[in-house]
Amino acid sequence: MLEHYGTALALGIVGFLLMYAAFIIQKLVGPKNSTDVKLDTYECGEEPEGETWIQFNVRFYVIALIFIIFDIEVVFLFPWAVVFKDLGFLTFIEVFVFISILVVGLAYVWKKGDLQWVKMKLKYGTGRYSASNLLEKENLKEAA
Amino acid sequence: MADLIFWLFWGLTVASASIVAFSKNLIYAVFSLLGTFIGVAAMYIFLNADFVAVTQIVIYVGGILVLLIFGIMLTNRITQTVISESSFQKMFGLTVVFAVLIMVLIPVLGHTWTNGEPMAFQETIHQIGTLLFTDYILLFEVASILLLGALIGAATLARKER
Repeated sequence: MLEHYGTALALGIVGFLLMYAAFIIQKLVGPKNSTDVKLDTYECGEEPEGETWIQFNVRFYVIALIFIIFDIEVVFLFPWAVVFKDLGFLTFIEVFVFISILVVGLAYVWKKGDLQWVKMKLKYGTGRYSASNLLEKENLKEAA
Repeated sequence: MADLIFWLFWGLTVASASIVAFSKNLIYAVFSLLGTFIGVAAMYIFLNADFVAVTQIVIYVGGILVLLIFGIMLTNRITQTVISESSFQKMFGLTVVFAVLIMVLIPVLGHTWTNGEPMAFQETIHQIGTLLFTDYILLFEVASILLLGALIGAATLARKER
């Protein structure tokens, strides 16, 4: 049994080393003629705006919390999947009840709008997504 | 070989835990918590608790750590705030730490340890699954109600911020 974990550990170590090898090789053989534009943060081809540190919307936190609850649910389902063949259909009903109770929670957060995505609006920021700019766009739409 | 790996993971756990405790940068602290969690998962594997080890990785590394990083991302003006640097009530903290240390050391030193044959490694998930769906089925269903309560409570508390 323990040697199986040895395989997993070896896989992890090889993955870790491969990642670092990629960095080291590019550092050794890659040409070093950087310009300001090249060193700029890559933002899907757009010019980067604002600071690196922005305050995240609290809604992401709620979504992460919901994720953890269903993460734990999956942990409970895993032993069920292993023993399902031995224990039969009764466990299916048991798990059905288990998931039904949690679906109530999902319906609750869904209805309350916690899963709704938000339009990004920087209150004090500048640029495309700042509140004043978005307001301008909305006004233009209304005028048209 | 197994002993060597055990001590390597011991070193990883202790080293990254001390970075968590002493780092002045909150982001470094959170990321080195990753090493602590993985080291503890390795300890579980050495204790023949494979299911707990996988659970440790799935929930703590995959969930709690992400939540902690989100918590830092949510912090207003993170670059200006110094949160983990300051420590206060040092005397009181030291007293509590030593009290806990003595409480742990008394049973450890009082116990006579035997160097028996280590238990053969075997997978535990079958046993856990069988017990969970026969003897402890009520607790299994109660756990879902607990999770439901946690979900609704967390969503309600976090939503009030807006």
